[in-house]
Amino acid sequence: MALLEVNNLALSFAGLHVIKELEFSVEEGSIASLIGPNGAGKTSVFNCLTGFYRPTAGTIIFNGKSIIHKKPYKITRQGMARTFQNLRLFKSMTVLENVMSGMHCRSSAGPIGAILRTGAQQKEEAEINEFCERCLDFVGLLAVKDRIASNLAYGDQRRVEWARALATQPKLLLLDEPAAGLNHVEKQQLIGLIKRIRDQLGITIFLIEHDMGLVMKVSEKITVIDYGEKIAQGNADEIQNNSKVIEAYLGKEEDEIV
Amino acid sequence: MANFSTILSEWISSQKNRMSILLTLAGIAMFLPLVSSNYGLEVMTNVWFYVMLCLGLNIVVGYAGLLDLGYAAFFAVGAYTTGILTSQFGVNFWLTIPIAVGCSACAGFIIGGPTLRLRSDYLAIVTLGFGEIVRLIARNLEITGGASGLIGIERPSIFGFQLNQIVHFYYVFLILAILACFVSYRLQHSRLGRAWQYVREDEDAAEAMGINRVAVKLYAYVIGAIFGGVAGCFFAVKMTAISPETFMFQQSVLILLGVVLGGMGKIPGVVIGAFALVLFPEVFRDLGSMRMLVFAIVMLIIMLYRPEGIWPAKKS
Repeated sequence: MALLEVNNLALSFAGLHVIKELEFSVEEGSIASLIGPNGAGKTSVFNCLTGFYRPTAGTIIFNGKSIIHKKPYKITRQGMARTFQNLRLFKSMTVLENVMSGMHCRSSAGPIGAILRTGAQQKEEAEINEFCERCLDFVGLLAVKDRIASNLAYGDQRRVEWARALATQPKLLLLDEPAAGLNHVEKQQLIGLIKRIRDQLGITIFLIEHDMGLVMKVSEKITVIDYGEKIAQGNADEIQNNSKVIEAYLGKEEDEIV
Repeated sequence: MANFSTILSEWISSQKNRMSILLTLAGIAMFLPLVSSNYGLEVMTNVWFYVMLCLGLNIVVGYAGLLDLGYAAFFAVGAYTTGILTSQFGVNFWLTIPIAVGCSACAGFIIGGPTLRLRSDYLAIVTLGFGEIVRLIARNLEITGGASGLIGIERPSIFGFQLNQIVHFYYVFLILAILACFVSYRLQHSRLGRAWQYVREDEDAAEAMGINRVAVKLYAYVIGAIFGGVAGCFFAVKMTAISPETFMFQQSVLILLGVVLGGMGKIPGVVIGAFALVLFPEVFRDLGSMRMLVFAIVMLIIMLYRPEGIWPAKKS
């Protein structure tokens, strides 16, 4: 059974249909992509999956449970983490503190524990610290853990976001345009990182991306949407040769003019 | 000026220096009653009292980033709980403290629960209204003594020793202020403290990281309310009389002023803010009716030159 299954998903804002009858699935342990022209509704799909938007209809089954109409923090607790299209770091906090936010949902100390510094609380803090340092080490940022996040280079800030998402200990990681704003070298590193996350950590990946080169290189399954509707699905070769996809991206050949 | 403050903040950031500063300050505070006049002690007791209130509000405004314009309401709940229970039901003062903690926590929950879905400006308006509602209820109920308030609240005793002099209350409020600093520090450097900061910086990102923002904010409201409530308990027995006029909107603004003036979210800053709040009007007492004007101008100057508050911000 697939890790994520979406059926008949629909979303509309005041009569405007952003997503229509969308159906797709993401297999456990795979790297899948969602692509489509600008304004096709990709980020809206992500926002529906993570609970930020309330879909008008449809079902979303994640890890065998329905997550539709659940609050974002509950969905994260069930094992779905995301990064944002525009960086959403906690700017004035250190890199390590940023990553620690991911561990919040996997720990439980409350105010009493914090005030009394109980043994359990101290043990938990040490665990949080250790796990978050491992996440930072994984993305190669351990050396800058005590820097203020907003003082890092753009590419490094993106990696802080991934480390933060990894710290939530997800089963499925949603990446919203992970390559946006990265240079060529950083993109190559990103491809390596995405594969390492899947191969070494066993985390399923689902991404939205504009950079076709990157999408074709990493994805095992690609879903293409346009105007909120699925127009194609398949592996890289099938998508590159699909006439509907070419039409959506490049426009229709206007042969009837002649 | 800027150079001086960097040197200062570097010197302070050394752990050893920080400990010696704290111990010196604690020593001065401990032995102050030996040299100070009763007037001086009265003023300083007031300072410690405002330190506690400002630190309580700092949890809501500074840590969680929620603008609260009705903080005096929680302080009123604590003061009235103690006042009513001791003067009308003869309950021992020390037993009223846990009850007051419960009542102010409930008040925090009642105002927090339905309103925390609101964002900034709207929340500020609702809290302002809540502060006024609490004051008006106190003004109109019989049990709270109506407009004239409660008088003749009995002074507490501890192990048969009655607290009835200003020196006694000086030490009581000093201990409360130190306790408030300690609790604030521990909370700030904990999982919950970090969660407050995440929510303050970016609510949506915090929620995407699995943080229940409503619960986290509610914690801030309830803990802040408890600080205010406990301060209120001791305020009631120190003054032996309370009236609704003590808990006017002005009071909430004053406490908020202490937090903003010193530096939101920074414990030493908030303590300095509370000092400034109480000491400025006292120092300029000779100016008579002009003193509030001078106070206002001094505050404007501070805010113009140090918009983040008196205490320097952490840099890296």
